[in-house]
Amino acid sequence: MALTTYVEAIRQGIWEEMEKDERVFVLGEDVGIYGGAFKVTAGMLERFGEWRIIDTPISESGIVGAAIGAALMGMRPVAEMQFADFISCAFDQITNFAAKCRYRWGAGVPIVVRGPSGGGVHGGPFHSQNPEMYFVHTPGLKVVCPATAYDAKGLIKAAIRDPDPVIYFEHKFLYRRVKEDLPADDFVVPIGKAAIRRLGTDITVVTYGAMLYIALDAAKELEKEGIDLEVLDLRSLLPFDKEAVIESVKKTNKVILLHEDTQIGGFAGELAAIISEEAFEYLDGPIRRITAPDTPVPYSPPLEEFFLPKVSDVVRVAHELYAY
Amino acid sequence: MKSNILARDAVPPITLPPAKTILDMLYYMKLTRELEFRIERKLYRQGKIVGGVYVGRGQEAIAVGSCIELRQDDVVCPSHRDMGAFLIRGMTLRTILAQYMARKTGASKGREGNMHMGDLSKNLIAFVSMLGDNVPVAAGIGLSFKMRGQDRVALCFFGDGATSRGDWHEGINMASVFKVPVVFICNNNQYAYSTPLERQMAVENVADRAQAYGLPGEIVDGNDILAVWDASTRAIETARAGKGPTLIECKTFRMTGHSAHDDAGYVPPELFEFWEERDPINRFEQFLTERGLISKPGIDDMQQRISHEIDEAILAAEKDPFPEPGDCLKDVYYEET
Repeated sequence: MALTTYVEAIRQGIWEEMEKDERVFVLGEDVGIYGGAFKVTAGMLERFGEWRIIDTPISESGIVGAAIGAALMGMRPVAEMQFADFISCAFDQITNFAAKCRYRWGAGVPIVVRGPSGGGVHGGPFHSQNPEMYFVHTPGLKVVCPATAYDAKGLIKAAIRDPDPVIYFEHKFLYRRVKEDLPADDFVVPIGKAAIRRLGTDITVVTYGAMLYIALDAAKELEKEGIDLEVLDLRSLLPFDKEAVIESVKKTNKVILLHEDTQIGGFAGELAAIISEEAFEYLDGPIRRITAPDTPVPYSPPLEEFFLPKVSDVVRVAHELYAY
Repeated sequence: MKSNILARDAVPPITLPPAKTILDMLYYMKLTRELEFRIERKLYRQGKIVGGVYVGRGQEAIAVGSCIELRQDDVVCPSHRDMGAFLIRGMTLRTILAQYMARKTGASKGREGNMHMGDLSKNLIAFVSMLGDNVPVAAGIGLSFKMRGQDRVALCFFGDGATSRGDWHEGINMASVFKVPVVFICNNNQYAYSTPLERQMAVENVADRAQAYGLPGEIVDGNDILAVWDASTRAIETARAGKGPTLIECKTFRMTGHSAHDDAGYVPPELFEFWEERDPINRFEQFLTERGLISKPGIDDMQQRISHEIDEAILAAEKDPFPEPGDCLKDVYYEET
């Protein structure tokens, strides 16, 4: 059986939900005839027609605003941001309109806003960002960051079926680099549940998105020296699986928080606070963060390579923590 | 100040609405005026309303004239000076007053104040303070009608100041590109807080902007309810016929400050005088009495009825409970009931 890529998994997830539920539609820039800049919506125009796969003007705020309006009328819009970086243009509609409708007047806004985030493809400052934390800081939203093809499909389906606004960050580095055998049957991945990707006893690495593979590669290397990492993939950041984090830390007593986003105000800071509040007495070493430095995402390969957290970073910090 | 001059001065449309509609128009304008008077000049000053208050005194003809003939399944996206829209759509006086007085029975259960009210069962979409945000939202509402072939329209309101925001332009453009059944209605009241129109835009009329987006733009005397009714009825018909959106600019004037705490000292007094003479309620009453459509005592009766309705609603809303502090934590996300 052919393996399904991460990008194909997203496409299948949207496609299947559109087949099943006529309220679901896609709108965004170049999603129709072109099939999306990364081909997430390839072939959908032919199948579903121009009123369910809607090419829009270059108006991110307009796209999200229109999605909100349609959602208030009972539709299930999936809005594409051509690059997740451009979501900043729709920040106001997402954080002020969509996120607060239920709280303010009891109106659910079941929209999905999805787009490719992350670096590693020499996209430079405006095609490589990880904007998740702007939204994690907004009550009323849900934020997911799948790392595997299975999760990409299961989470897009869960996001489309969710009664609240979900921001779905797909990692563009993973689009065609990760693939797996997916079940033929319908499945969803519940929002807010983490997954243990590698069981271990010495140090927990909590991560999400493309950094999952950095953590797993580091674990393989450290295994040779007898250092046993546990790797926890959050999958969802808002809400996030606090129990899974705490449980793992209580078991290994040491923790590395790894993400591709920059450091100040990054998710690792929140995790560190929770761990120290709820598992302080279980810790046998300092909580360590490995993140991108606090700079924009640079373009030139040596700069970008410096920027992105690497396997060697995890190995080094794991050594230090193991020896602590 | 050319932009202060009315597009046309009280030329009634050739076809008048039915008599019942005409009396409803007067009732809802007067109800709006009296309700906002109580809110701004009584309850706010008595400290019974603790947050901001923004009224539409002098602008009542716009929301009332454009919403009066909507169908129940049509949708309204009001802005913060369109009280008439809420009243016509059936939001009760008690719900509205409880909202202003931060009670649990208010439209937002105390989570929000003033005109930030919505009710999906009445097809009323709650406004947000970021002006113009409701424009792309209205475009999406219209899009959903068009996609499903529904015979529904949306009315979207905003002030002149909102037309300086990017969202307004994105939304109008999108609505026009997709030819959605939406009527955009601008309350051009000449001032955005303290900033006069000529510091908001270099074109003379908001309606001039329509040309850039390929939709019809029409200017009406916003203090003439029949002119508003006429223009919006035509635009609604155009939208229903699948011919796309229209932008209607209603020239009017904000007869107050921006909010209850603003004395509008920056507005030249002669402007208030000019517009006072064109008060939409006085003008309509004169029009109706001259034609024998209502008598002076009839108007007085209506006013008394309105006063009484509002008295009752204030009494009821004042007795309504405040929310429980812990309600702060509810309804951020969908909760299984």
